[in-house]
Amino acid sequence: MLYRENGQFKTTYRSDQQVFPILQDRVAIGLLLAFAIVFVPFAAPEYLFRAILIPFLILSLAALGLNILVGYCGQISLGTGAFMAVGAYAAYNFQVRIDGMPLIASLLLGGLCATVVGVLFGIPSLRIKGLYLAVATLAAQFFVDWAFLRIRWFTNNSSSGSVNVAGLQVFGIPIDTPVQKYLFCLAFVIVFAVLAKNLVRGHIGREWMAIRDMDVAAAVIGIRPVYAKLTAFAVSSFIVGVAGALWGFVHLGSWEPAAFSIDRSFQLLFMVIIGGLGSIMGSFFGAAFIIVLPILLDNLPYWFGIPIDTALASHLTFMIFGALIVFFLIVEPHGIARLWSTAKEKLRLWPFPH
Amino acid sequence: MGFFLETLFGGLMAGMLYSLIALGFVLIFKASGVFNFAQGAIVLFAALAMARFAEWIPKGLGLDSKLLGNLLAFVGAMLVMIAVAWLIERLVLSKLVNQEGITLLMATLGIAYFLDGFGQTLFGSDIYKIDVGLPKDPMFLFESVFQGGVLISKEDLYAAVIAAALVAGLSLFFQKTATGRALRAVADDHQAAQSIGIPLARIWVIVWSVAGFVALVAGIIWGSKLGVQFSLSLVALKALPVVILGGLTSVPGAIIGGLIIGVGEKLSEVYIGPKFGGGIEIWFAYVLALIFLLVRPQGLFGEKIIDRV
Amino acid sequence: MRTLASITLAVAALAASGTAFAQAKEQFFPVLVYRTGAYAPNGVPFANGYVDYLKLVNAQGGINGVKVSFEECETGYATDKGVECYERLKGKGATVFQPLSTGITFALTEKAPGDKIPLITAGYGRSESADGGVFKWNFPLTGTYWVAADVLIQHIAAKEGGFDKLKGKKIALVYHDSPYGKEPIPLLQERAKMHGFELSTIPVTHPGVEQKAAWLQIRQNRPDYVLLWGWGVMNSTALKEAVATGYPRDKMYGVWWAAAEPDTKDVGDGAKGYNGLALQHGAEPNSKVVKDILTLVHGKGQGTGPKEEVGQVLYMRGLMSAMLSIEGVRRAQERYGRGKVMTGEQARWGYENLALDQKKLDALGFSGVMRPISTSCADHMGAAWARVHTWDGSKWTFSSDWLQADDSILKPMVKSAAEKYASEKKLTRRTPEDCQS
Repeated sequence: MLYRENGQFKTTYRSDQQVFPILQDRVAIGLLLAFAIVFVPFAAPEYLFRAILIPFLILSLAALGLNILVGYCGQISLGTGAFMAVGAYAAYNFQVRIDGMPLIASLLLGGLCATVVGVLFGIPSLRIKGLYLAVATLAAQFFVDWAFLRIRWFTNNSSSGSVNVAGLQVFGIPIDTPVQKYLFCLAFVIVFAVLAKNLVRGHIGREWMAIRDMDVAAAVIGIRPVYAKLTAFAVSSFIVGVAGALWGFVHLGSWEPAAFSIDRSFQLLFMVIIGGLGSIMGSFFGAAFIIVLPILLDNLPYWFGIPIDTALASHLTFMIFGALIVFFLIVEPHGIARLWSTAKEKLRLWPFPH
Repeated sequence: MGFFLETLFGGLMAGMLYSLIALGFVLIFKASGVFNFAQGAIVLFAALAMARFAEWIPKGLGLDSKLLGNLLAFVGAMLVMIAVAWLIERLVLSKLVNQEGITLLMATLGIAYFLDGFGQTLFGSDIYKIDVGLPKDPMFLFESVFQGGVLISKEDLYAAVIAAALVAGLSLFFQKTATGRALRAVADDHQAAQSIGIPLARIWVIVWSVAGFVALVAGIIWGSKLGVQFSLSLVALKALPVVILGGLTSVPGAIIGGLIIGVGEKLSEVYIGPKFGGGIEIWFAYVLALIFLLVRPQGLFGEKIIDRV
Repeated sequence: MRTLASITLAVAALAASGTAFAQAKEQFFPVLVYRTGAYAPNGVPFANGYVDYLKLVNAQGGINGVKVSFEECETGYATDKGVECYERLKGKGATVFQPLSTGITFALTEKAPGDKIPLITAGYGRSESADGGVFKWNFPLTGTYWVAADVLIQHIAAKEGGFDKLKGKKIALVYHDSPYGKEPIPLLQERAKMHGFELSTIPVTHPGVEQKAAWLQIRQNRPDYVLLWGWGVMNSTALKEAVATGYPRDKMYGVWWAAAEPDTKDVGDGAKGYNGLALQHGAEPNSKVVKDILTLVHGKGQGTGPKEEVGQVLYMRGLMSAMLSIEGVRRAQERYGRGKVMTGEQARWGYENLALDQKKLDALGFSGVMRPISTSCADHMGAAWARVHTWDGSKWTFSSDWLQADDSILKPMVKSAAEKYASEKKLTRRTPEDCQS
């Protein structure tokens, strides 16, 4: 009853094609943004920023990138950790080797380097499909892991192979405190989410979805698979690369290749699938689920005051996490985003039964 | 020359060990169309069960004979794996019939997490020993021809022979027995198999049990080499290039793929590795598989994917 | 949905932190452990030793009457989990953090100064953090990897009959392919230049179960000595591969993280003769502190792990690390008030001014286990002594005298690496006034 399009007439094509055509949706998003930008910085404790919100924002950005590749274009990739690593190390090199390089420029250039690597490792997708492609992308993951450990130039010849950045600032405003870091990441996430949403609604997005659904038929009607697949890899790697750079610069501060290992790739794939393939909103849901759940499970015994051996707690977290993933897939194989859109559908009728 | 032979044999035997694990992947994919990312966790779980039973059963029953203890432990571990297979089929697979491949993949990842945690809860996170009497010391052949001889690890040789026997046994099972035929029918087309009366659920339990058996053997061999600990589940990552090189649906492909990857890996690490500072074998295996895939996108012996528009 | 979750979490986190502040009467020690994962076999005895020592201190009356409280947090050796544990536990009045992982150390080195919490990295971490003039909050007490590499070379030279006899010899370093494993390489290269031995470095990818190719290479090169810089399962795998390729174990030397019972006990006799570095202590089942723990902690049923583990190498490592944490606080109390709870900043002063002479160590029960350690503003390491111990098939026994790392080589390397770090981070070296504070 509250959530209806009744009375909302569109008189121009522009207003008809907007991202949120329903007024209630626009209001909800507006409130959400206001909450995120204005309320949270004042109300949330530092732990929430450092351990939950900032990782959530950065990983949802990476999940967004991966969703474009896996959800919209249908190319399963297990090398996301590698592209994050390329973004992080490339941004590091730009930042450290060029004096006075603006932070945002380094991050974006890091993303561009990740794009180049992504397109390179995406070339096999023109010939290989499905699960074979997934395993082939692991080649990217392990190669990049090895390259950043072995090629000293990438880590500015540090003896240990570990790199660090400090003194982040944008136009003179330092990015030091958790609130500043949170707002910095939030800005990136909002910009990229809007860009991604518009990309997937445009003709390139439709080409991707056509390739995903039936690539032979798509080729028959004139969609060039080379162009579509490689642009998907390019855009996806760019976003993932920027996310990787943010992860290293803003969240960790000092990192080694193990921070972008295969576990990270699997984690991102989890996020995308649980959140919902082919849905921008889904990336955020998935990231929230995967990041918050283990922390909740780890801390649950302490909140209830049950003294529990940390090893057992950790094992239980694994078990419950695995069981919940299976349960979730049984209940809603298309992810949380599908649950959300089903809820919205039901909301259109509420409180009426039909 | 002697050293080259050494590396070659070492690679061949390492390859056989990878194919042991790859067999599990192939079996399950062939019969249920699921790419079982939980195979590593299943190998670990099986090995943990074997190692701990081999410790507990002799202590509990007061046995002296190591052979008897190991046999009982093997039987116990096998029963555990059948139970696991049955539970997986009941709780996960039957609920996810007809879902897309990627959903099933995710479900097996969830199972992997669950088994990792559950195995360590039941059996512990320490390094456990499996001692089935495999000899540890090396063998030196052709000492007269090559200086220092050609090193052959006896343990690896035994493992390679066991793997070959397993493959031969599995091939016979698939070709000659009625259950084997039923498995092949299910692998071909689930619905058709069901329509002629093959009980799908039972077949899946059988397949996962056989895969569990293969995992147990692989776990015992790897565990006896390396000790049984959580990192054993990461060994499955080395078997993935073997699976895609050989083809997801081919048992001989798993063996040939294993041999190619094993040899390629070791030769590259020993001869090309030092020029790049070492450590290249893990990605070299994947790159090798990738190159083969570019020529044959379904792996060497895999079924061609036919796209209908 | 996400906003609802974050509100709930905010409330819950506030609630949790609220109850924690009620414990300000006790000295809180966060214990970062890994009891799961690929490195658990080595992480578990360390954690048990650490926690048992804290319980011992409580049983003996606390630090001048101040009781010790602690909370374990599982990191699984992963950097981001370590950072999460750090963020969660620092708000409870954490005195000091001991990450037991080089990766987590690097990440926390960035965060600890801002939060004013010291970091003890006894026997690991960045080698250049021994320079307290740049690294105000890092304390690599009792030794770093450069100390370890130096002592090993000295010992090998002594075995060969002098440094000049090292010329033309081949030494191979089999190392864990991570910052941990790469740390000793600069020092080994320096020594190789000085004495003319050939150094070959063979990396092993995490987790280290794939070493066949590495050992085939070793078989081909036939180095005179193999140095093992592994952790977790990599160590026992290396020994098993050495057995499988027939490399003599008595020519193998492991760093102090690669020479403990979990690494050798299931290789058993096969590892006989394998040597390792002892970070001052080895396996010390007969020491007074172990007897105290068996009586006052395990005897009262409060033991954290199995009794058989007490006295083993990594257990003693945990004991020693906990002892250093406590003694720094005790020293800080001498300046800031006996019987009072110390903040992280105050404890930092304590760690920077440690003066544990042999008498004090004996009183604590560490006689014969440790040598005196004294830190200063310039030297956050405090001691650079180590010994070599050997596995005889069932236990570790000492096989060398006390060796000290050569400061004339170490000091310039540490200084230049610290300067490089300072220039990268745009830090200035601490002033003498700051050193006195």
